[in-house]
Amino acid sequence: MMPDKILYIDLSKRRFHIRSRPDLFEKHIGGTGVAVRLLLEECPEKADPLGPENPIILAVGPLTGLFPMASKTVAMFKSPLTGNLGESHAGGRSATAIRMAGYGAIVVKGASETPVYLAIYGDEVYFRDASGIWGIGSSYTVGRIVRELESEAGLRTIMRIGRAGEKMVSYASVTVETYRHFGRLGLGAVFGSKKLKAIMISGKHSVKVENPQAYRILYDKIFQLTVKSQVMKKYHDIGTSSNVIPLNELKALPSLNLRQTSLKNAENISGENLAEKHLGRRVSCSHCPVACIHLATLREPYEDEPYFYKTTMVPYDYEPIYSLGSMLGLTETSGLLKLIDEVETQGLDAISTGVALAWATEAYGKGLVTSRETMGLELKWGDGEAYREAVRRIVTQPNEFYSTLAKGVEKAALKYGGMDFALSFGGSEMPGYHTGPAAHLTFLTGARHSHLDSAGYSMDEDNAKTGIRMTPRQIAEALFKEESWRQVLSSLVVCFFARGVYKPDIVLECLKTVGFSPGITLEDLGRIGVETLKSKNAFKAREGFSHRDLRIPRRIIETETPLGTLEEEFIREGIEEFFRLLQ
Amino acid sequence: MLKLKLFKAEKQLLEGGTVARKLTVLDIDKCVGCQLCMFACSRRFGEGGFAKSAIRVKSMGGVERGFTVIVCRACPDPPCMKVCVTNALSLRKGGGVTLNPSKCIGCGRCADACPLKAVFWDDEANKPNICVHCGYCADYCPYGVIGLTEAE
Repeated sequence: MMPDKILYIDLSKRRFHIRSRPDLFEKHIGGTGVAVRLLLEECPEKADPLGPENPIILAVGPLTGLFPMASKTVAMFKSPLTGNLGESHAGGRSATAIRMAGYGAIVVKGASETPVYLAIYGDEVYFRDASGIWGIGSSYTVGRIVRELESEAGLRTIMRIGRAGEKMVSYASVTVETYRHFGRLGLGAVFGSKKLKAIMISGKHSVKVENPQAYRILYDKIFQLTVKSQVMKKYHDIGTSSNVIPLNELKALPSLNLRQTSLKNAENISGENLAEKHLGRRVSCSHCPVACIHLATLREPYEDEPYFYKTTMVPYDYEPIYSLGSMLGLTETSGLLKLIDEVETQGLDAISTGVALAWATEAYGKGLVTSRETMGLELKWGDGEAYREAVRRIVTQPNEFYSTLAKGVEKAALKYGGMDFALSFGGSEMPGYHTGPAAHLTFLTGARHSHLDSAGYSMDEDNAKTGIRMTPRQIAEALFKEESWRQVLSSLVVCFFARGVYKPDIVLECLKTVGFSPGITLEDLGRIGVETLKSKNAFKAREGFSHRDLRIPRRIIETETPLGTLEEEFIREGIEEFFRLLQ
Repeated sequence: MLKLKLFKAEKQLLEGGTVARKLTVLDIDKCVGCQLCMFACSRRFGEGGFAKSAIRVKSMGGVERGFTVIVCRACPDPPCMKVCVTNALSLRKGGGVTLNPSKCIGCGRCADACPLKAVFWDDEANKPNICVHCGYCADYCPYGVIGLTEAE
């Protein structure tokens, strides 16, 4: 059974309706494929990202609730950070809950005048007053309160924003099930602009299939592949933080605002060391046996009472370790965990926050900003306490400097200088890979400027091992192919970590089982991926994006990669080749 | 009536003769909250989702505090059976109950009577989801949280 129902919610009028849209799902599968068409339908041209006209679109796919690891929800919106395509994926129980509530997608439009949260129980939608929870200091607390207020524990997702979202920090995140996020591109600020504090969704529908016997056989095949083969091992064992040591050794770990590519004490913040010293619990998204979510225990004494301790669980992954650790020279684990915890408490995107602070530290060191701007805060590498205070000020925005920093590193550099070392691509802050040209071409050409769009870093790492040197055209072609295929995965809402399990032949089998176009071929799948990628770029072009305007931060040229010093001309050529393929 | 496929555990039960088994939570602290057991339970009927699931995993007030698995413990003297007005529930060998759906009128008293809240409700059929202790869910638990044990 394919999903087809879409729940439309209007926060201004406090009304909702449900529409069946089989046209969208039959043609574009679900997830990204459906979300981008809904964005093109629902988002008016040149919409203000923080205006009521900006829609929030949440979409899941036909495998959700049926097969393991089809557990991601794709969010689409116009990004307040880049002023263009906003797309962010989150796991937790979000996808399962949306599908079990009976929906393939949810569209939230308008804005409330007073704080509100949504409680969705299947086809019942409640607009609850959230004025009593607006302004609460910790996003953890908001989760605790909504959990108590609403029922159906175990069958629900609770998406919520922290103070950062309320204050519309351009890179505020939406937290799901405490430790998963719609992290990138500022969905939290869009929630905040609508006075939308949280969305709770629950349901326990069934999802029927034509041939139960064939379904169970295919399920077992995928389950065995997941738990018995090596393809999920990295995520199952140490997790994404296993990247720290190899990238440090390769000299590709961006450190101190990419003035360096390795750090002396990087082993301290490696996945191996964190596991040994702090790992306290492993958690999974709904319908995923891998449990890649690593929670560290942070044990701290009370400030004023001997023999009293508090224990906090702090999530860690490679990206926050890079952005809040190596980028800021913070290589002491408890300091790093406390900073991650502060970012979680405020509800910010870890990558953008870390990169913004790294720029600010360098700008402060160079005298572009002074203690007048930082309001007495001395920003220096490795000073976790100062960074925690800076994070709070990005949210409270006590002066112009912090409110500019809250708009992203590019806006800050425009105002205060230091554009050469402002590490953003297409307006979005840099992910943690200085591996070579392919990584940076991914950041530049990827539809959402994310390392996950086409994973150029992985291509660089392979090339560093084999010694193969690719031309700009070869890189562009490989990235285009990868990004197109990933549109299929994110339309199925299969977690990218499971891409080794969901190879094209398995995807075809799954789609046939759920009744998606029975005659579908590999060529069809390829075409669907390319079409969705083109639609995303069509939206970007409509909103004023041109690849010729892309800024290449000087710093990535200055600092050598494992594949040698990058050349601007090479990168430009790669960009041209990529966008030629998109036409 | 839905026809139940015989699963590994049930086959063992039949082949093994008289030993009755029951589903047991072996070590709740190992649970990662993946809910594969919940999906497995509905998949016995060849469908996805949770409509037919007789087991539930939820966090203990936030995933940072760990999880709890709610499932029938196979009571030797089941309260759910005692309140059934149509005798749709009968005592299962090894504890717990079996449901005769043709007798069930969907009144929901069994669900109210269970102190563990382990009688779940199939809203689509308006009948309780009764655990049959087949162990199918345990076959999909990657961390050994649940398993079949011998009933007393």
